[in-house]
Amino acid sequence: MKKALLGAALGALALGISAAPNTAKADEIGACLITKTDINPFFVKMKEGASAKADELGIDLSTYAGKIDGDHETQVQAIESCIASGAKGILLTASDTKAIVPVVKKARDAGLLVIALDTPLEPIDAADATFATDNFKAGELIGQWAAAKLGADAANAKIALLDLAPSAPSVDVLRDQGFMKGFGIDIKDPNKIGDEDDDRIVGHDVTSGNEEGGRTAMENLMQRDSGINVVYTINEPAAAGAYEALKSFGMEEGVLIVSVDGGCPGVANVKDGVIGATSQQYPLLMASKGIEAIKAWADSGEKPQNSQGLNFYNTGVNLVTDQPVDGVPSIDVAEGMDRCWG
Amino acid sequence: MSETPKSSRQKQDFEHALESSDSSVAQFEHKHRSLFDSVQHFLHGNPTMVPVIVLIFSIIIFGFVAGSKFFSPFNLSLIMQQVSIIGILAAAQSLVILTAGIDLSVGAIMVLMSVIMGQLAVTIGIPAPIAIFVGFIGGICAGALNGFLVTRIKLPPFIVTLGTWNIFFALNLWLSGAQSIRSQTLDEVAPLLKFFGESIALGGARITYGSILMLLIFGVLWYILNHTSWGRHVYAIGDDKEAAELSGIRTNRTLIMVYGLAGLVCAIGAWASIGRVGSVSPQSFQEANLQSITAVVIGGISLFGGRGSIIGPLIGALIVGVFNSGLRLAGVDVLWQVFAIGWLTIIAVAIDQWIRKVSS
Repeated sequence: MKKALLGAALGALALGISAAPNTAKADEIGACLITKTDINPFFVKMKEGASAKADELGIDLSTYAGKIDGDHETQVQAIESCIASGAKGILLTASDTKAIVPVVKKARDAGLLVIALDTPLEPIDAADATFATDNFKAGELIGQWAAAKLGADAANAKIALLDLAPSAPSVDVLRDQGFMKGFGIDIKDPNKIGDEDDDRIVGHDVTSGNEEGGRTAMENLMQRDSGINVVYTINEPAAAGAYEALKSFGMEEGVLIVSVDGGCPGVANVKDGVIGATSQQYPLLMASKGIEAIKAWADSGEKPQNSQGLNFYNTGVNLVTDQPVDGVPSIDVAEGMDRCWG
Repeated sequence: MSETPKSSRQKQDFEHALESSDSSVAQFEHKHRSLFDSVQHFLHGNPTMVPVIVLIFSIIIFGFVAGSKFFSPFNLSLIMQQVSIIGILAAAQSLVILTAGIDLSVGAIMVLMSVIMGQLAVTIGIPAPIAIFVGFIGGICAGALNGFLVTRIKLPPFIVTLGTWNIFFALNLWLSGAQSIRSQTLDEVAPLLKFFGESIALGGARITYGSILMLLIFGVLWYILNHTSWGRHVYAIGDDKEAAELSGIRTNRTLIMVYGLAGLVCAIGAWASIGRVGSVSPQSFQEANLQSITAVVIGGISLFGGRGSIIGPLIGALIVGVFNSGLRLAGVDVLWQVFAIGWLTIIAVAIDQWIRKVSS
């Protein structure tokens, strides 16, 4: 009996402590932004967008980031701190889209609005909403562009695919498979990289999404077949690395490199002819829309709606190239430069 | 002593008895060595032989598995290019590990210095040679900071370099804004930064200056460690720091110099990495710290310090490169490459432990 009383007292004390920040900030709406890393300009831009919007709407924004891509533990702690701080909502780009689900549920049960930015959770409805680029569409656009650019030669193309990581996160799969579908390859299982048996595919390799990885991966695939003339890359740093490899082989002419992201150095590389075309996404928009949604949720309890025909809110994607082709809508480099991030 | 002719003297009785007794000199019991023991002794005397044997065998095996493409001079020179940066870091790492320390910050120092060189030369517009020189000084300072914390504040190297790894990483982000400096910009403003990406064609092979630099660094360090008193001191400190101290070696000063030299080697690696990658990339080489330790361990340098040849890590890095290239050419999935390198590391340390037992 005594023990139970003590336990109850301790419990009340604990509750009191965790509730304290709640009351302290009752007059101001709190929100958290949790990104995969601080290192990627994509997330830097996201933070910029969120901060600007939060200032405008008078929202108290706290930001957290994992140390490296894949740092799940730090993100879990960030969500826990966020719940404890009494924030009204969380904007999250998850490193581990499956493992984060239980702690996201904890946050939602505590009354927070959780919006996944850029990277959908698995399952996607584990978050209240997802504000993201349609990555499959982003891949499809560059695939269609590459096929149209080659014309009749597309039938004999030799394709290298430079992916992100061996664990194949969803963004990796969506872009890779979208590209192939756009190019006109039978992708079989759209959830699986590498189950295609089209002869035009030389191979897949992983890049970690940086220049060094892109270069090494390209070198390895060139060793398998030096006739490669189409290169898909997961992002623009990987594309820049692939180009360096091709240059060292003396083969940078006549090879089509396509990519996804739309960062400023990437668009500059489109301008310089390093990359043929890239699909541009808009992280700033994801974050600012996210802050608006948290504000609406705090004010009226209203949740954001999905885009028509999709199970997330599409923040848009544009193909950036100075060599437009018929049938594939695109914007030119000048406009891409205006809207680039990083 | 003049010898008396045998015939001239009659043998005494007790001497007859002696004749049938054991005539050998007193000595320790001589244990018969099995082939196994002999191998162990041989390896103890030549710790670099294990990685050399592994390298030769893996080249032969992958030659069969992956086919003729693997053996082409071009592919072999490509492996060299691909391991050059990790190789240079492994050289720096070896210096520290020989003193029974460990340096988790080598990769972070390298990336930070490459960012410093790039920002100075491109963003601020300082002439490239000065930017590179500042990077070198920065590398020495970063390494010496590690050495200072290890010797003067007496913290374990693991903790010190775990901390500075994070510190250097954060500085890297702050200075670079997490943005790469593009290859095309470097070509325009500071082509000297990409110097080590240049290459010479030799038959079918294409040898980059970066590969040659790696070999040079190992050569110079080999000379310093084996033919200077300073090098001997490094080994002595790794073997037994107290004994080294008692025999008059200024251990703390030597240790700071070891960490500083390691930092300088990392900074040289930073210059080479810009050539290898083609751009100044704050996001590349995030796993380089651990990859360098892998190369050192596979190269047969003992993590307990004081034992192993500096040439070992060069072989270790090449083994990793040969495995990756061979498995890729054979069409093996990436995750099995990671798997193979993992086992290789464990087996290398197990062999080291076994060899160490010879002296006990």
